[in-house]
Amino acid sequence: MSDIFVLIEHRQGKIRDISFELLNCGRKLAEKTNSNLTALLLGYNTENFVEKIKSQAHRILVINSEVFKDFNSESYQIALSEILKKETPFITLIGHTACGMDLCPALATQMEFPFTTDCLDVDVVENKVKVTRQMYDGKLNAKLIIRENPSYLFTLRAGNFPSEESSLKTEIINIKSSVTEPDYRKFVEYIEAVAGDVDITKSDIVIGIGRGIKEQENLSMIEEFADNIGGVVACSRPIVDADWLPKDRQVGSSGKTIKPKLYIAIGISGAFQHITGMKGAETIIAINKDPNAPIFNEADYGIVDDLFKVVPVLKEKVMELK
Amino acid sequence: MDIIVCIKRVPQTAEAEVTIDSSGKDIEKDRLSFDINESDSYALEEAVILKEKFGGTITVISVGYQDTEDTLRIALAKGADNAIRVKAEDFEHIDGYKTSQILKSVIEKESYDLIFAGCIATDDAYSQVGVTLAELLNIPHASLVINIDTSENRADVNRELEEGLMGHLDISLPALFTIQTGINEPRYASLIAIRRAAKKEIKVIGQEEINKDNLLLNTEIEELFIPPKTKEVEILTGSPAESASKLAEIFKEKGLI
Ligand SMILES: Cc1cc2nc3c(=O)[nH]c(=O)nc-3n(C[C@H](O)[C@H](O)[C@H](O)COP(=O)(O)OP(=O)(O)OC[C@H]3O[C@@H](n4cnc5c(N)ncnc54)[C@H](O)[C@@H]3O)c2cc1C
Ligand SMILES: Nc1ncnc2c1ncn2[C@@H]1O[C@H](COP(=O)(O)O)[C@@H](O)[C@H]1O
Repeated sequence: MSDIFVLIEHRQGKIRDISFELLNCGRKLAEKTNSNLTALLLGYNTENFVEKIKSQAHRILVINSEVFKDFNSESYQIALSEILKKETPFITLIGHTACGMDLCPALATQMEFPFTTDCLDVDVVENKVKVTRQMYDGKLNAKLIIRENPSYLFTLRAGNFPSEESSLKTEIINIKSSVTEPDYRKFVEYIEAVAGDVDITKSDIVIGIGRGIKEQENLSMIEEFADNIGGVVACSRPIVDADWLPKDRQVGSSGKTIKPKLYIAIGISGAFQHITGMKGAETIIAINKDPNAPIFNEADYGIVDDLFKVVPVLKEKVMELK
Repeated sequence: MDIIVCIKRVPQTAEAEVTIDSSGKDIEKDRLSFDINESDSYALEEAVILKEKFGGTITVISVGYQDTEDTLRIALAKGADNAIRVKAEDFEHIDGYKTSQILKSVIEKESYDLIFAGCIATDDAYSQVGVTLAELLNIPHASLVINIDTSENRADVNRELEEGLMGHLDISLPALFTIQTGINEPRYASLIAIRRAAKKEIKVIGQEEINKDNLLLNTEIEELFIPPKTKEVEILTGSPAESASKLAEIFKEKGLI
C-alpha cells in the first residue's frame, strides 16, 4: 500500500489552518495503513511554508514557482496530475474549501480516481475505503463505500481534525515543474471585503438572525432586542443574499469569524458553514422551532419554539433584570 | 449566447423532520415538499439576465423523476427556452459522479457558450457535479461564482473565497460556472408565464440514448444515521414566557446583562 498525500493550502503568503487539519488526518491514516505521509506544497517563496509544516509529514514535495503564487485550479491540476501519475498515492486529501471545491472534482475526474467531497472522516476497513459525510442540511450523516481503486481523492471538511503537534523526521524534496501560466483561466487579483459601519467581531454580545425571520420588516424586532441587551445584529447567509443586511454582518466561512461572550442564534438552522464562524463564542444560545436543527448540537442552551413568541418576551425579561 | 443550466429538484429539509426509510440508505420522501435547489435558481436567473443582454437561448436540464418536470416548467416560465429531463428512473443508483456523466452525454450533443450549475445541491451537499461535468466536457470552469461580466468569448468572474475575500479570474468561453447564492435576485414567474409554460414540450431522454454500461459509480451509501451529539445542550422548557424567563436569568447569572 502506498502513501497518504495531503495538499497544503496557502493564500496571500499564509498557510491556511485547513492544511494542519489535513496533516493531522493524514498522519492518522498513514499510521493506520502503515504507510508514510507526504505533503504536497505548490507555491512561491515556499521556504517559510516548509518551515511551518516541517515535522508534520514524512516527506514534503515542493514545487517553488511563481506560477503557484496564487491558487489557480488549472495550473494546480496540471502539476498535481503529473505528480499523482508518478507517485500513485493511496489516498490524497484536499481541504473542502473554495480551493478544494474548485480542484478536487476536476483533478480526480482527469485521473479517473474515485472521489467524493466534504468528508468528515475517511477510514480504511479491511482494505475498503469508507467515508462519512453529511446530507440533508446537516440532519443526517451518511457512510459511503467507495469504488475500489489503487488511488483515491477526497476533500475534508474543516473542524474535525484540529491541528496537533508532531515530530516526524521530514525529508524535503524539491521538484521542478514545467507548468507555465494557464491558457484558459487566469488569476487576475484578490478583491478584499469592504468594511461597514459595525464590526461584529468587536462586540461581546452578538445576535445572529437567520431565514426563520421570514420578512425583512421583522428585522426591527431583532434590532430592538439587540439594542436592549447591548449587542449587535449579525446574520446567516440567506439574509445577506436577500440584501436585508450588508455582507459584513454575515457570520460563517464566507463571512466573519466571531468569538463573542454570548452568541444568540435565532431562526438559524446551523449549517457547518455558519457554525465555523461562531463556534468560538463562550456561550451559545439557539432559538429555533425545529428540535432537530443542527444548531442545537453546538448550543449550550436552547429554546425550541417560535421565535416570534420567544423574542418579545425575552426582550421584556432582559429589560426587567437589567 | 447559448446557455445551459443544470437544475436539481430537491427535498426541502431545513425545517422538516427528516427520517430514514426501511432500507437504511435513503430518506422517507412522501411528507417532504420539493423545489428547485437554492443555488440553481440563482444560476437560472443569471442565465436569464445574460439572455436579456445578449440574446440567445437557455436550455435547462435535469436528471430527475417525473415530478421534476414541474420544476422545469417553472424554469420555462422564468425565461428558459428549452427543457430536458433525463429519466432518473432508468438508472438505479446515482451519485454525483454518475450524474455528471449522464449530464455530459446529453450536453455534448448541444451547442453552448456557457454552462451554469448550482454551487451545491442541498440534499446530497456534494459541491462536485458542476466541476466534474466541466472536466468531462473538457472546458474550463470556475466554482462559487458571485459575479459575471462576459463578452463574446471570454468572461471576467469573481469567485467567492473564504472570509469575504473574492478572487477575480479571466476565463475563455465556452466554460462552466457553478453559481453561488446572492449573485442576483431571482425573479418570480408570472401567472401568465406559468400558464404558457404548461403547454410547452419537455424533452424526455431515457436509457436508450445514454449508454448505461459505460457509467461509473464512485460511491454507494452503506447507511444513513443521525449525527452523534457533539455537545450536551440544555433545552429550556415551558411556555415561551417561561423559557424566555429562564434564559434571561441565565444571562443575569453569567453577568452578561
Ligand atoms: C461555499 C458556501 C459558503 C457558505 N457560507 C456561509 C456563511 O458564511 N454563513 C452562513 O450562515 N451560511 C453560509 N452558507 C450557507 C449555508 O450552507 C446555509 O444555507 C445557511 O447558513 C442557512 O441559513 P439559515 O440557517 O438562516 O437558513 P435555513 O437553513 O433555511 O434555516 C432556517 C431555520 O429557521 C428556523 N425557523 C423558521 N421559522 C422559525 C420560527 N418562526 N421560529 C423559530 N425558528 C424558525 C427553521 O427551523 C430553520 O432551522 C454557505 C454555503 C456555501 C455552499
Ligand atoms: N440530478 C441533477 N440534474 C441536473 N443537475 C444536477 C443534478 N444534480 C446536481 N446537479 C447540478 O449540480 C449542482 C451541484 O450539485 P452537487 O454537486 O450534488 O452538490 C446542482 O446545484 C445542480 O446545478
